[in-house]
This record gives sequence, structure tokens and C-alpha cells, in this order.
Amino acid sequence: MSTNTNTSVAQIATNKYLTFVLATEEYAIDILRVQEIKGWSKVTVIPNTPNYICGVINLRGTIVPIIDLRLRFNLERLDYGQMTVVVVVKVMGHSGRERIMGIVVDAVSDVYDVAESEIKPPPDFGSVISIEFIKGLATVGEKMVIVLEIDRLLNSDELAMIENIAKH
Amino acid sequence: MSIDMTEVRQLFFEESFESLDTMESNLLDLQVGDADKDLINSIFRVVHSIKGGAGIFKFESMVGFAHTAETLLDEIRSGEHSVTQAMIDVLLQTVDVLRMMLTQLQASEPYDESSVNTCLISLRGFLKTHETDTTTAPSAVVSAAPVFEKKSTQYWKIIFKPDESLLKTGNDPINLFNELALLGTLTVEAELDHLPTWQELVVQNCYLNWVLMLEGNVQRQHIEEIFEWVEGDCELTIIDLSAELVSNDAPTVEIAAESALESSSVESVTPPTVASEPIEAQGAIHSELSAAVSEVVDCAPETLEVSEVPDTFTPEESLEIPRNFEVSESVTPEETTAFTSEMDISVTKPVDKAPPTPKIDKAEVEDALGLKNQATLNGTSAHLSATNTPSSEASSIRVSIDKIDDLINIVGELVITQSMLDQVSENFDFVKLAQLRDGLTQLERNTRELQKSVMRIRMLPISYSFNRFPRLVHDLSVSLGKKVELKMSGEHTELDKTVLEKMSDPLVHLVRNALDHGIEKPAERLAAGKPEKGLLHLHAFHQGGNIMIQISDDGAGFDMKRIHEKAISSGLLNPDDPVTDEQLYEFIFHPGFSTASQISDLSGRGVGMDVVRRNIRSLGGSIDIRSIPGKGTTFNIRLPLTLAILDGQLVRVGEEIYILSLLSIIESLRVNSEQVNSLAGKAEVYKLRDDYIPVLRLYSLFNIPNAVTRLEEGLLVIIEGDGQRIGLFVDELLSQQQIVIKSLETNYKSVAGISGATILGDGSVALILDVAGLIKLSQTSVPIMRRLAKEREHEYQH
Repeated sequence: MSTNTNTSVAQIATNKYLTFVLATEEYAIDILRVQEIKGWSKVTVIPNTPNYICGVINLRGTIVPIIDLRLRFNLERLDYGQMTVVVVVKVMGHSGRERIMGIVVDAVSDVYDVAESEIKPPPDFGSVISIEFIKGLATVGEKMVIVLEIDRLLNSDELAMIENIAKH
Repeated sequence: MSIDMTEVRQLFFEESFESLDTMESNLLDLQVGDADKDLINSIFRVVHSIKGGAGIFKFESMVGFAHTAETLLDEIRSGEHSVTQAMIDVLLQTVDVLRMMLTQLQASEPYDESSVNTCLISLRGFLKTHETDTTTAPSAVVSAAPVFEKKSTQYWKIIFKPDESLLKTGNDPINLFNELALLGTLTVEAELDHLPTWQELVVQNCYLNWVLMLEGNVQRQHIEEIFEWVEGDCELTIIDLSAELVSNDAPTVEIAAESALESSSVESVTPPTVASEPIEAQGAIHSELSAAVSEVVDCAPETLEVSEVPDTFTPEESLEIPRNFEVSESVTPEETTAFTSEMDISVTKPVDKAPPTPKIDKAEVEDALGLKNQATLNGTSAHLSATNTPSSEASSIRVSIDKIDDLINIVGELVITQSMLDQVSENFDFVKLAQLRDGLTQLERNTRELQKSVMRIRMLPISYSFNRFPRLVHDLSVSLGKKVELKMSGEHTELDKTVLEKMSDPLVHLVRNALDHGIEKPAERLAAGKPEKGLLHLHAFHQGGNIMIQISDDGAGFDMKRIHEKAISSGLLNPDDPVTDEQLYEFIFHPGFSTASQISDLSGRGVGMDVVRRNIRSLGGSIDIRSIPGKGTTFNIRLPLTLAILDGQLVRVGEEIYILSLLSIIESLRVNSEQVNSLAGKAEVYKLRDDYIPVLRLYSLFNIPNAVTRLEEGLLVIIEGDGQRIGLFVDELLSQQQIVIKSLETNYKSVAGISGATILGDGSVALILDVAGLIKLSQTSVPIMRRLAKEREHEYQH
């Protein structure tokens, strides 16, 4: 146990987060999970998938699914264009397997150092806002950024449910 | 030097395993009563060369064992025996034992002696040359036995009584015993007398004492060296039994041997039925020396009260080991082995993913057993090596020479092409453009061929997996009292090695099921008007870019009524729900679903079927069942080739491009609307010559916008999958090309109707259609769409 706390202490100084903008909100993800940032390219639509799954792209020979984060969070759809940004991230699947996926965001914002202790658990909004994907809220200077739990984006129950329907 | 030796050793093991396979299949081909000279010779050669090899590497006990088997085979060869079923069975057992010994020796672990001895006893039972000996007098046997093993072998009895604090000093008896096991054949017995009750037990304390029997060419100092580390922490007595044995008068040993016989017959795992008593005694004394000698010694003080007990025995009396202790302990090894084999299930699973080192594994087993009591090192290690072997096998692959030759040829051509391109590039001039083009075309061809040949190396004929079934069926049908004929076809169908390896367990399970539940007992079969002998058919073939494996039996078939009842009683089904047979078959795959009225030692129907299906699905395959009551059951397993490349037909629907495997396309045609009929206003069928084929509109199934909706304007591609045909309606056909299959599941998940994806020339992704999946999807598509639509509505409301 003691070693655990030690390592987390060591991490406090080095945790960098990439932030991006979605509508008017700023979201952050652990920068170690970010593989690359690329522009929008045409996707191949996968039939019968939830609307937030844009489709798949070819990332140097690997088939990578693209998720529209706006749609995932039930925000208004924004047309894809030259300015649309895809952040390619590594997420951990159910079985502990690493997957690669792209998330569509409005714009990439900045890279911040955020101490672990500065990340506060999200307040409970009841059923008004789903906090399923939110790891916590962090304060950077005067701003508040929302730290995302990206492992849940592809592995949510919702998706599993739809998968089940498709199977039967 | 030492590296060379290990390589030679490795070669010996590999060759021996291979020739044992041959021996096994030869034995199964052997007809009762009629000794086929060629077969017998071939079997003889196998045993002979193993014996020779074992001799080179000084695996003495193996030489002895192989020698006995060889003698029997020699007798058969010279016509002294007619071949009986019992003889074949014993020889098959010999194969198992040899295989076990080899595996253990390869892993430098002690092997399970009891099975060797049991087999040896049974083998001896047939021997003409020994039969005369055994009938004359037991004394002859006893005196003969030590002579055989005596050469350089010594027998040591080690009594090891560690202090309670032994474990606290960081010493683990198991390490000591492992060291000892390296010196020779080791039998370990633990004494549990000092074990406190659970409440009083302190886990850190060592309450056990051990009695070890060591057989081998070992000097006292070797043993002492091993125990050097714990010298101050234990009471140690090392007794040289060989000296004792020799010093004993023949009659003394004889009587002792007889009394040992009683307990040793209890001891043998499966007392041989054929062998008469004296033979049993002979075998027990002769080769079970490690155990038997201890019996001799322990019995002596009690049984030989009248006769002169040599003074040398007194140290034994100080052992204070109760007599019955020996007997009860002789049972525990079996129990422990049984237990450890149960442990397999939990232990081998993690092994699949990341094979841990044997040491860790062993520790796990011990921990799980909760024993410092190493009743048998043998039992544990036998199981260990069983888990080890697959990993060692997986590291190498045997490739036929012609595949290698192909590769060499292609590489040769590639080199020529390359030098040609080199020449062209020197002082390049536009005149040489045509030449350059030719060169590039050639390069492309070479590349493709090279790729194909490399792929072929991974492909193995399915016979590698099927080969084990003759033996399995043989053994199972004997133990179940059924008569079964095994028919195999399509063994040459090639399958990717990884797929093949993952399939072998599911196949074994299905074959066992078929024998256990499917095929009836001879009497029942006759009563049902069927031939006495049941038929089990394993069939492999290519179908539409897939490999199909069929396991069919002509047994009783599924009892649908019972499945129905069971499904209701286990709450999977409402009594009033209408069900189709297909839905009922689904229940078979439900975890823990069993309709077997009694669970046999093999399986209860349904147990493990969920695992079978999971394995098959993990390979991207599927399994389905066809069963006709009274006629039999067929399991159809569909597997992808896992050839990462297939010949694809590109089709366009709207703006989307999909790929169909060329192998699944039967024909494509323009639609004559007069030949389209609709059923119930919804489902459409197309009249193709004499057939009615359901029409599947891909755009509607996949919700593709801007697609051609009028049947006359598009094309109908007739495709086949899972034995069914459908007409797939698409906008147009594009080119055909070889495509590299990429998995969707790596980063996403499997999608119904899609088997994978590929990357087209322009870098975009195209999805590969899964024909069987489409057909299934088309049958259920309506409800899905409705439910999906509902989901979306639900989503938007929030």
C-alpha cells in the first residue's frame, strides 16, 4: 500500500492533461493516453451502430473507430469540416485489452499540469447529467476543466445493450 | 559441448514423441487375432529405437520398461502369441506410459511410477518367457528382480524430521526434494501425525515429517550434501536399503515379499486382472522397488517375528511409523493426483494466456492444496508437465519440404527480379520505361506468391487434430461399453495452426459427448433397428471461404421434449412460449444446462458446451446443431480460414463499398421484376429457375442512404452461407481483388453481418460482409430495426 501512495505522489508533479473544447466546455484527458491528433477524414460507416459511432478509419493499416463526442454527450451535432479535430486515444477495454479509437472534438485547447489532488470528484447531479464519463473536475487557474474517463466511452452499458439486441 | 547434448536430447524427445504417435495409430489398426507383420514390425521398431535412445541418455528405468515391451512385441513377431484385444490395450497403455515418461524426463521431473509399474505388471502378464519363471516359485522372482535393477542402483531411505521452525528459516522441503529427485527416482511420503487441529495450526510452522525413498546411482554424500543446509534444523536418518536387501537371506525376503504383496496390490492404481497373483508380486517387488522395499522393511518386524530378524532392521523400528499408516498413505497419492487433476481446471486457465514458469505453477498448486504435505511429488509434477507440453509444442512448427522449396524458388525469383530492376535503374532512360514496368509487374507477382507461400506455412492439415480421435474413440467406447466406428474424411483440409490448436479441445469435447450421450449401447441400438455398431463421422471441408467441421453420430439424437422441460424448470423459458427447435438447441449452449438424467464421469449434456461455443466464437466461427430424434445429431462448426487474405468482390450500395468473398458468390443477375414475389406483404422472394430465394435488400438492412431501391436498376447477387442461399440486392458490382482482412474487433467490436474490414487502394476502409451473418440478420432484421428505432427515439428525448 505504501508504495502505491509513493508512486501517486511522484505522479502528481508530472500529470499532464490535454484539453479540448466541446461546445463551450473544456474537457481534459490524460496526455499519456493521447496517441496523435489528426484532421477529419472520411469515415466508413458501420451499419446499425449508435449514432455517435461515426464509423471507422484507416490509421496506417489499423482499423480505428471514431466516436463523435458531441453526440455521445447528447450535444447538438456540428458539421464536420476542415477544422474538425480527431484525437486518437488509447482506451482500456473490459478485458484489460488496449484499444485505439478516435474522438471527434471541436478544437484542441491546451496542455495543463494538473495535480491529482486538484481533481475533485464530480458533484452528483442526479439524473440530470450523466456523470458516467466524468472522472472529476479540475481547476486550472480560474478555469474549470472536466477530466474525462475515456475508458467508458466505448464500453458503456448502452453500447452493450444495443449489441445484445443485434445478437438476438 | 553441453549445448550440443541438449540439442541431441531434444531431438530424441521429438523423434520419440513422433514415433509414439505412429505406434499408437498402428496399434489401433492392428486386428485382433491376426498379427499384421508390417504393423508389428513397425511397432517393434518404435519401442526398440526408444529403448536405444533412452540407453544413450542413461534413462535406465525407461530402458527397462521399453525392454519388457520389446520382449512382448518380439514374441508376437515370432508368432508365439496371437494378438488379443487385451494385448492391444496394454500396448496402448505402454504408449501412454512411455509418453508420460518422456514428457517428465524432458521437463527433468520425476514421473508417476505407479502407472509405469501397473503397466509393467500387465506387460509381464503376457510374457511367455517369464510365465514359466513365475509359476515355479516366488523366490526365483524375488532373486531375479534385484539382479535386473541391481547394476548400479542403490536404494536409500531417508527419514526427515524437520523442526517446527524449518519454514521460518526460509527453507522449503520441496526444494530439497526436488534436488533429491534429480539424483534418482524419488518417492515421498508425508507423515501427518503431528498435525494439530485447525484451530491450533500455525501456518508458519512445519508439522510434517517425511519418509523418502530414493532409487538410483546415488552416494550417501550426495544426499548429505542436499540436506546440508537444514542440518541443524532437523532430525535426519539416511539408511542404505540396498545393503540391507543383499544381506537378507532369500527366504526372509520371500516371506516379506508375500506380505508386501497384499498391501502392494492395494497400492496399484488399477490392479491388473489378467496377471495372476505371483506375477503381481513379481511386478510389485521387481519394479515398484522403492515402494515395495519399504513394505518389505516395514513388514519385516511384524511378520517375521519367528524368523530371524537381522539386526540391521532395528533402525527401522525406531521409525515408529504405524503399519496402517503405510497403507493409508498409499491411497493418498491417488487422491492427491485426483485432486491435482481437478486443480488443472483452475490452474491451466491462466496458463493459456501467459504460461508461467513451472515453478510458480507448482507453488500455486501447493498453495491451493493447502499442503506442505507432498504426498507425491510425482502426482503434482505429472500434472505440471501436462500443462507445460503445449507451450513447448507451440514454439516450433513442422513444415513439409515442398512448402519450403516453394519459398526458396520464389525468393530466388525475387532476387532475379531485384537485380533486373537494378540494371534498369542504372543510367535510367525513358526508353527503359517498358522494361521498368515489366520488372515491377514481376515484382508484384513475386510478392504475392511469397505472401501466399508464407501463409501456407502456417497452414496444417486438420489430420493433426483428427489423429488423436481413433485412440480417444477406442478408449471411450471400451469404457462406455459401446461399439463405435469412427469415420474421418477431409483430413487434408488445411487450417491455420492457431485455429487448429484452439479447436482441438472443443472437438474432443464434442466427440466425447457424441460417444457418451449420442450413440446408444449396442442392445438399445439393436432394439431400435439400427446396426449394433454406431457411426461417428468427422468431416472437414471448405465451404464458401470457411472451413466446416462436422461431427455427426447416428445415435439417439436430442430429446427435444426433455430440453424443453429442462429449459422451463430452470427458468429459461415460460411454459407457454412457443419455441422452435433452433431455440431449443440454443439452450444446449447455456452454461450449466444439462438434461442428462445422471451425470456420467465423462460429462453431463450441456456442461462445457458453453465453453465449446465460446472457443469457437473467439475464433470468429460459429457452431450449430442439427438433430433428428432416433437418427442422430450433427454439430456443424464453421471456422474462418484465418488466412488474412481472401479473393474479394467489391460491391457498391449507395456510396458505400462492401466486399463479398468470391467463394460465397454463386452468380449475380439482373432482376426481372416479374420473378419477384412478396410474402405476407413484406418478405420478398426471387424465383431463380426452380428455386425461390429470399431477397435481402442491403440498403434497408444497413440503413444506407441514396441507394438504388428499384430492383430492376440494381443487381441481385446470389450468395450462399451455412447451406442457405439468399439474393443480396446491391447497386452494382465493382472490381474483384485480393484483400487483406483486418479485424474490426481489435479496436471496436464484432458487428452483426460484418466479418471484418479491409483497406482499399485509396486508403479508405471497406467492410467485408459476413454472408452467414447476413442471412441470420435478415431473418431477425425486422425486430432489431424496430427496437433500434425505439432506442434512438429514447435517446433524442433526453
